[in-house]
Amino acid sequence: MTPNGWIQTALFCAVVLALVKPLGWYMTRVFTGERTPLSPVIGPVERGLYRAAGIDERHEQTWLGYGLAMLAFHGLGFLLLYAVLRLQDVLPLNPMVQSAVAPDLAFNTAASFVTNTNWQNYGGESTLSYLSQMLGLTHQNFLSAATGIALAVALIRGFARASARTVGSFWVDLTRCTLYVLLPICVVYALFLVSQGMPQTLSAYIDATTLEGAKQTIAVGPVASQVAIKMLGTNGGGFFNANAAHPFENPTALSNFVQIVSIFALGAALTNVFGRMVGDERQGWAILATMGVLFLAGVAVTYASEASGSSVLNGLGLTGGNMEGKEVRFGIVASALFAVVTTAASCGAVNAMHDSFTALGGLIPLINMQLGEIIVGGVGAGLYGMLVFVVVAIFVAGLMVGRTPEYLGKKIEAREVKMAMLAILCLPLMMLGGTALATVLPAGLAGPANAGPHGFSEILYALTSAAANNGSAFGGLSGNTPFYNSLLALGMLVGRFFVIIPALAIAGSLAAKKRVPASAGTFPTHGGLFVGLLVGVILIVGGLTFFPSLALGPVVEHLAGAAGQTFATGG
Amino acid sequence: MSRKTSSLFSAALVGPALIGSFRKLDPRAMIRNPVMFVVEVVAALTTVLFARDLVAGGSDLFFSGQIVLWLWFTLLFANFAEALAEGRGKAQADSLRRTRTEMTAKRLTGQGRAYETVPGTSLKVGDVVLVEAGDLIPSDGEVIEGVASVNEAAITGESAPVIRESGGDRSAVTGGTQVLSDEIKVRITAAAGSTFVDRMIALVEGAARQKTPNEIALNILLAGLTIVFVFAVATIPSFASYAGGSIPVIVLVALFVTLIPTTIGALLSAIGIAGMDRLVRFNVLAMSGRAVEAAGDVDTLLLDKTGTITLGNRQATEFRPVRGVSEQDLADAAQLASLADETPEGRSIVVLAKDKYGIRARDMAGLNATFVPFTAQSRMSGVDLEGSSIRKGAVDAVIASVSRPPMATRGSSAALAYQPTAETEVVGEIRAIAEDIAKAGGTPLAVAQDGRLLGVVYLKDIVKGGIRERFAELRRMGIRTVMITGDNPMTAAAIAAEAGVDDFLAQATPEDKLALIRREQAEGKLVAMCGDGTNDAPALAQADVGVAMNTGTVAAREAGNMVDLDSDPTKLIEIVGIGKQLLMTRGALTTFSIANDVAKYFAIIPAMFLTLYPQLQALNVMGLASPQSAILSAIIFNALVIVALIPLALRGVTYRPVGAASLLRRNLLVYGLGGVLVPFVAIKAIDMAVTALHLA
Repeated sequence: MTPNGWIQTALFCAVVLALVKPLGWYMTRVFTGERTPLSPVIGPVERGLYRAAGIDERHEQTWLGYGLAMLAFHGLGFLLLYAVLRLQDVLPLNPMVQSAVAPDLAFNTAASFVTNTNWQNYGGESTLSYLSQMLGLTHQNFLSAATGIALAVALIRGFARASARTVGSFWVDLTRCTLYVLLPICVVYALFLVSQGMPQTLSAYIDATTLEGAKQTIAVGPVASQVAIKMLGTNGGGFFNANAAHPFENPTALSNFVQIVSIFALGAALTNVFGRMVGDERQGWAILATMGVLFLAGVAVTYASEASGSSVLNGLGLTGGNMEGKEVRFGIVASALFAVVTTAASCGAVNAMHDSFTALGGLIPLINMQLGEIIVGGVGAGLYGMLVFVVVAIFVAGLMVGRTPEYLGKKIEAREVKMAMLAILCLPLMMLGGTALATVLPAGLAGPANAGPHGFSEILYALTSAAANNGSAFGGLSGNTPFYNSLLALGMLVGRFFVIIPALAIAGSLAAKKRVPASAGTFPTHGGLFVGLLVGVILIVGGLTFFPSLALGPVVEHLAGAAGQTFATGG
Repeated sequence: MSRKTSSLFSAALVGPALIGSFRKLDPRAMIRNPVMFVVEVVAALTTVLFARDLVAGGSDLFFSGQIVLWLWFTLLFANFAEALAEGRGKAQADSLRRTRTEMTAKRLTGQGRAYETVPGTSLKVGDVVLVEAGDLIPSDGEVIEGVASVNEAAITGESAPVIRESGGDRSAVTGGTQVLSDEIKVRITAAAGSTFVDRMIALVEGAARQKTPNEIALNILLAGLTIVFVFAVATIPSFASYAGGSIPVIVLVALFVTLIPTTIGALLSAIGIAGMDRLVRFNVLAMSGRAVEAAGDVDTLLLDKTGTITLGNRQATEFRPVRGVSEQDLADAAQLASLADETPEGRSIVVLAKDKYGIRARDMAGLNATFVPFTAQSRMSGVDLEGSSIRKGAVDAVIASVSRPPMATRGSSAALAYQPTAETEVVGEIRAIAEDIAKAGGTPLAVAQDGRLLGVVYLKDIVKGGIRERFAELRRMGIRTVMITGDNPMTAAAIAAEAGVDDFLAQATPEDKLALIRREQAEGKLVAMCGDGTNDAPALAQADVGVAMNTGTVAAREAGNMVDLDSDPTKLIEIVGIGKQLLMTRGALTTFSIANDVAKYFAIIPAMFLTLYPQLQALNVMGLASPQSAILSAIIFNALVIVALIPLALRGVTYRPVGAASLLRRNLLVYGLGGVLVPFVAIKAIDMAVTALHLA
């Protein structure tokens, strides 16, 4: 570890924090329907869309209506994407004459993009037509991100409103988020990326002759526009196979820095939107502080572990940090930071191979996802995931002040607890249940490339990444098989919608409640005490469940490595 | 501390509780408690497996036998906690039940006193019964005729008889209480089986205990956590098979049972029963557990001034004559007017006149005086002597009486001598004095003799000692106090300031009270109040916590959700404390239970996987002797911690009237951090004992 490394980390945190208030202010105005600086330009477009779709923007929905609209929207999006992938051979814009995508892969890919996971079992340039890329994937990049934010806003309204029947309009939230937040930022962002040397072209691939005289085809394309939303919307599906490790997808140190910041930007700012909408910004800062504590602990472990390197290699006299699978351009700290950020948020973009991290370095990304990606998290998803934990934490400890638990003046009762537990249950079910299935079935056992605990980690990571809607891969696992395609797709769908629906139900139930005014007897939820409590509950309720699986994967790998033991392939 | 504990575990209670622990193993009873039901299912399954191994000859039988045994102990300890909590109420219930047996009733058959003797249990709502001196009142009812002194010791434990009479606020009688003198006619208001005593028995025995909303929510959380741990444990065999090994079922069971929140699951119902029991011991009956929880949540307390904030009686503290009248003369007249006045205020005037001016009591008969009692119309009382009359009473009433000469003397010379201008000056002076007194929180009592205003007696409300500190405590707890009084706003403001309440409602009518409660509730606040009269019934019903006084009317008792057998309105403050204590105990033990899991993981996981990966020994941070002793120690700790926490569950977490922030900090430190650390030490200690005894 070097001072330079910590300065980079500190700088990253400072920039993210500096963005929280302005972005929070702006998004609050967008979602409360107030006038924004962009309204004169975008307002007419927005109203035109509503007119075209026959939507009355003042008509709000109950939580159920909101949820059904969301499900219908994604159901159709899923079908459209699946159809495009299956029929791409007969559809236009297929100059490379790609054949139709296999059913299991199409199912997996459609689930992956609809759920904001962007897990890639396909090879983009070798599998997909331009139409599939543009109509299929890119538009879902925007919409799945906008959906996440819309749902978080609906849940915030649940806390902010009192004695209300509705939680907002899904159509309006989705449209506003896309038009006012995602598109404008992406335009500027993409231009910045182009300035850093990222390709943005519709022309064909470039053929070059190497020094050895061999012919090399250099893939280019509309990269910058896709990378912008990939990062900002915590999608993570790369233009190139190597994702953000590819020089064209991440050309400079500055582009790397900005990309990491953009993963966190909206998620962190949403905590401020939360604070503003419930009328007390400190509440938002407390949530962000909780995320910050968990995040910094993760960075510290991963960075320290990567910086000290492999103990087996150290034992052989090869001292120094672990550089396997890392871009020399970025080095250890930028790779470690990227890995922690991309798994803390539900991004899944990678600038280094997580499979090659040290055991403990790879442990943190796993834990980040297993906690439900609530450390800033996917845009929107992180906040509503965190609020689910808040409900549980308040319920467990809130009684200790001698009142029935309440948060922001809303009583936390049986219904909220039931829904919160449902949301929490589905993650261990898919992550541990899926891993248990894959570790006993021959089809599952055929997947991992490594033997021993590391192979176990590869399976666990894949199932975890899918259920958490992250999309990053540990690598090493051959996932493009009917078994993994189906299991992972199921994981993604359950991990997304079985959290969303209970979260929406909580929103509806909270919105209907009266607000209890705060007094000296009210559980204070804006201070360090609450942050400590929340961290504790997240680690014990969310994290301990995975202790056995982690013990058999990265932990034992680390301990064995420390003792100089390795596990032979096939052994 | 130790003395209290020993009383919790007294032999008389422990014996029946032990028997109860086994009886409660019945799965039909167990299913009410999801966590412990799961433990029972798991225990039964492992017992079957153990029996099979015993017959077929498995390995490690001594070890698995012990685990099975401790699983059953876990269940028995949980049942014991509940049985013990119930047992504490049983003794009280038994004495109540005795009053019910062999009761007969004299049911009136028509007009007059004709009655037939029927068993008390055959009475229906609406029947009218005659209760004579020495009879037990057969069921709950309302006095419709007569007045009697009644011994209510059976339910209140207070042996001094109380008066029950038809009409007014003291018309409710309770089945099982005894009429000592006179006779009354009672209309029955509760059928057999649903009387006050019946409900009380059911309550203290815990039979009628329904889960409260918060308990239901907590059970959902615990059930949810249990399912999470099902996933965590049920997936382990697959993981182990990947690592090329297998884990014995008994070890998986041990991990599962130690992880699920058995501690709070075992003690949850005991906490609820004990909370109810604390109220009963306090002579307060809650009609539902919901009311006790609501008491903890109360934001606003409506307190009647009289009896709660001030001593019941106002006392004369000063005589303030008008110009031209000496204090001595005023005192003399006031004393004369009060000699036959048996009200506390009247007596205090006589006492003050004697103490301050040495005016001795005079013999009324010797003076040939007749006492004129206070009526609601005249709002005055006084005395008529030969050729002279003295009146004292409400300032307005007395002024009105002197400016309008008595009917008898109208047209006489006295009336002609009436001097309006001079009187107006005196009236102004009287009013000024009265206002001064009212501003200071006192009640002015004007005194007039033969149509001449003499001055004002200063009656002072005496604020109860220590009440100011109590209100300060409540404020720190975040509870607002509102004083309800019939006094005028000026007087009310002065007393409110002296007593330190946050707000007051002066000249309050029942409608005002109801409106105030609704207003507070519209702001989302929970309101508690107490009341006794029929006119309090709507407000009692509207309040979230309505404590009816036992002396009150049937209507009030039905409207409230608690009844205070001692009829002491100050208790509202304690009731809030008991409610808070109940919720805190529940929260503290839940936090403790969940925090315990950290240490249990560190005990069992390395032990469990040691054969697969010996490297995991590094996770054995407690340095437990062997895998078997580690697992055994964890399950023993898991069972024993239930017993260790029974006293806390029954007594409740100590409640301190401090703000929520410091309360939370303290409790999080004790039960959260303590819950993480304690099991590390305890499991290590048990492991050492287990190893020393060669149990594993």
